[in-house]
Amino acid sequence: MTVQEPTRNRTVLVLLDPATEVRSSALELLTIARSLGRAEAVALEAPTVEVLAQLGAYGVETVHQAELPPSYTGDARHLPVVVGAALAAAVRRTDADVVLAPATFAAKEASALAAQRLGAGLIIDAAGVREDAEGRIVGVKRVFAGAWDTESRVTTDLAVLTVRSNAVVPEPAPAAVATEVEGFAVEVDAPAPTVVSRTPKDRTSGRPSLEEAAIVVAGGRGTNGDFGPVEELADALGAAVGASRDAVFEGWFDQYIGQTGVTIAPRLYVGAGISGAPHHRGGMQASQVIVAVNNDPEAPIFEICDFAVVGDLAEVLPQAAAKIRAHRGE
Amino acid sequence: MRIVVPVKYVPDINAERRFEDCRVVRDAAEGSLNELDENALEAALRVVEALPDDERGSSEVVALTVAPADGDLALRKAFQMGVDRGVRVTDDALAGSDYFGTTAALAAAVRRLEAEGTVDLVVTGMAALDGLGSVVPALLAAELGRPALTLAKKVTVEAGTLTITRETDDATEELSAPLPAVLSVADTANTPRFPNFKLIMAARTKQIEAWSLADLDVEAASVGTAGARTETTSASPRPPRPEVELVQDKGEGGTALAEFLIRNELV
Ligand SMILES: Cc1cc2nc3c(=O)[nH]c(=O)nc-3n(C[C@H](O)[C@H](O)[C@H](O)COP(=O)(O)OP(=O)(O)OC[C@H]3O[C@@H](n4cnc5c(N)ncnc54)[C@H](O)[C@@H]3O)c2cc1C
Ligand SMILES: Nc1ncnc2c1ncn2[C@@H]1O[C@H](COP(=O)(O)O)[C@@H](O)[C@H]1O
Repeated sequence: MTVQEPTRNRTVLVLLDPATEVRSSALELLTIARSLGRAEAVALEAPTVEVLAQLGAYGVETVHQAELPPSYTGDARHLPVVVGAALAAAVRRTDADVVLAPATFAAKEASALAAQRLGAGLIIDAAGVREDAEGRIVGVKRVFAGAWDTESRVTTDLAVLTVRSNAVVPEPAPAAVATEVEGFAVEVDAPAPTVVSRTPKDRTSGRPSLEEAAIVVAGGRGTNGDFGPVEELADALGAAVGASRDAVFEGWFDQYIGQTGVTIAPRLYVGAGISGAPHHRGGMQASQVIVAVNNDPEAPIFEICDFAVVGDLAEVLPQAAAKIRAHRGE
Repeated sequence: MRIVVPVKYVPDINAERRFEDCRVVRDAAEGSLNELDENALEAALRVVEALPDDERGSSEVVALTVAPADGDLALRKAFQMGVDRGVRVTDDALAGSDYFGTTAALAAAVRRLEAEGTVDLVVTGMAALDGLGSVVPALLAAELGRPALTLAKKVTVEAGTLTITRETDDATEELSAPLPAVLSVADTANTPRFPNFKLIMAARTKQIEAWSLADLDVEAASVGTAGARTETTSASPRPPRPEVELVQDKGEGGTALAEFLIRNELV
């Protein structure tokens, strides 16, 4: 998707949760927002200086920061009921036309709750967003394990969408702007669960996160529990590491790709020792280039590959990694 | 303890899934109970099985689906796993419902069950494998005015309080709320049971209760195509990928892989 000039004077709100780190998914949403109208952000906490600088570079003049009731200012601020209430209040305040959120489970729920309150049309996990000839918002989706493309048009004035990572290449605004933070009051009137404890995940492993990476190397049951070769190739490529559900259930890795795990659409996916079950394919088939290494010449994953090696991953991956490091002159 | 488990009838993930006139084709021959709803049924049955004898005796697990008559297949599977009742909400006006239409029908059916006696818990799957929305549980909770505890990988119900552990994209969380509540369970929560012979036989004679929108006081114009806030304007199969370049590893497979990536400027 290329960034187009908007034809209408829309206000587009982008959910920024958390507001304490710059994520490529947020930059992609801001890029899409600018193709539809004026981009503004909604946060549940004070953005950090770094985040504010990025927002300025992406053309955001206003961040709407929710002022929550005291019982929701702690860990509970990330609950979908709270985020949903904040999004709805932000739309009312700004009279926004479009809400864009990332494709995390929490953001999907929050977006749905906001759309429910506001009577808005909802599209979950668009792989592209555009406007049609009448100025209606259209979401493009990849469905049925990437086998079909659908286009859905929002028929209400307000459109709420969650958008998958890698839908666009993030592009800063032609000119940076100064970003102001404006507080706004949010009431939470729906029943919320109590957050007994919340332990944030460590996202500082040195590798890009699976959700957002441009290159992903994934290992399955065929690794036999040794993710060393998978990690070696990932590091040579600057890629994120992923797994099949079976590998995660075995305790060999902590995050899996697929319909019930993380859905990815990177530039390059490399699957090693993964058979390519429909559940797994549903989470990666939208990848631009698909490569597989499997010692079974009949492995179903070969049906959806661009390039594949029939062989033992423990031999193939380290050799590939060495060649790539040599190519890079390391 | 009364528990309602919303279950969906979806095209089988291993079958050739397709659209016709921008609608998902739901052939009885190629449909099944959404696999992820088996985790919900399992979770509900375990909650009841963990109760003291006297409470267990007065408990009820109801499987509920919003679907055309084909949805009975999903309810039959639920009976085989051990639920006590099966309810299907069917109405021509429901065709083409979006998330909100489906949620409105589900909520109305839960309210009708509530008129017979308290519904303590609603347990859903984490996603329907056809649309992969993962939003109906939160919407249903909002519609019923109950807290939503979603994507649980561990579930406990004790002294009228529901507690779950879950992995979100950003954190590991423990959440709790007093019943009544809405719970959705992840596929990591449990391993669904295989139906035994006795339950399979018993499932054959169980009656399915069929309700229409009129039975539920839901206005036809608020659901289905009439009430939908989005419309699918096109659905097309993606072109097949070009033929795969398959290399047999005879000692140079890794190098060939690296060369493919370099050639395609992926390195
Ligand atoms: C409701 C439900 C939801 C699910 N959701 C997901 C999901 O989201 N994501 C997901 O991944 N799965 C999911 N699954 C599981 C899925 O159906 C498969 O069971 C799983 O993806 C298989 O994992 P695998 O490919 O690692 O293992 P296998 O299918 O066992 O494949 C292992 C492969 O490794 C190859 N191999 C073995 N040794 C080597 C070697 N030395 N070198 C190279 N290759 C080798 C074998 O030939 C084989 O093809 C789900 C299942 C259910 C029921
Ligand atoms: N038509 C339906 N009938 C019954 N339950 C449903 C229906 N649609 C969704 N659900 C429930 O909501 C869960 C999540 O669905 P979804 O939000 O559509 O991905 C499913 O696992 C079911 O438990």
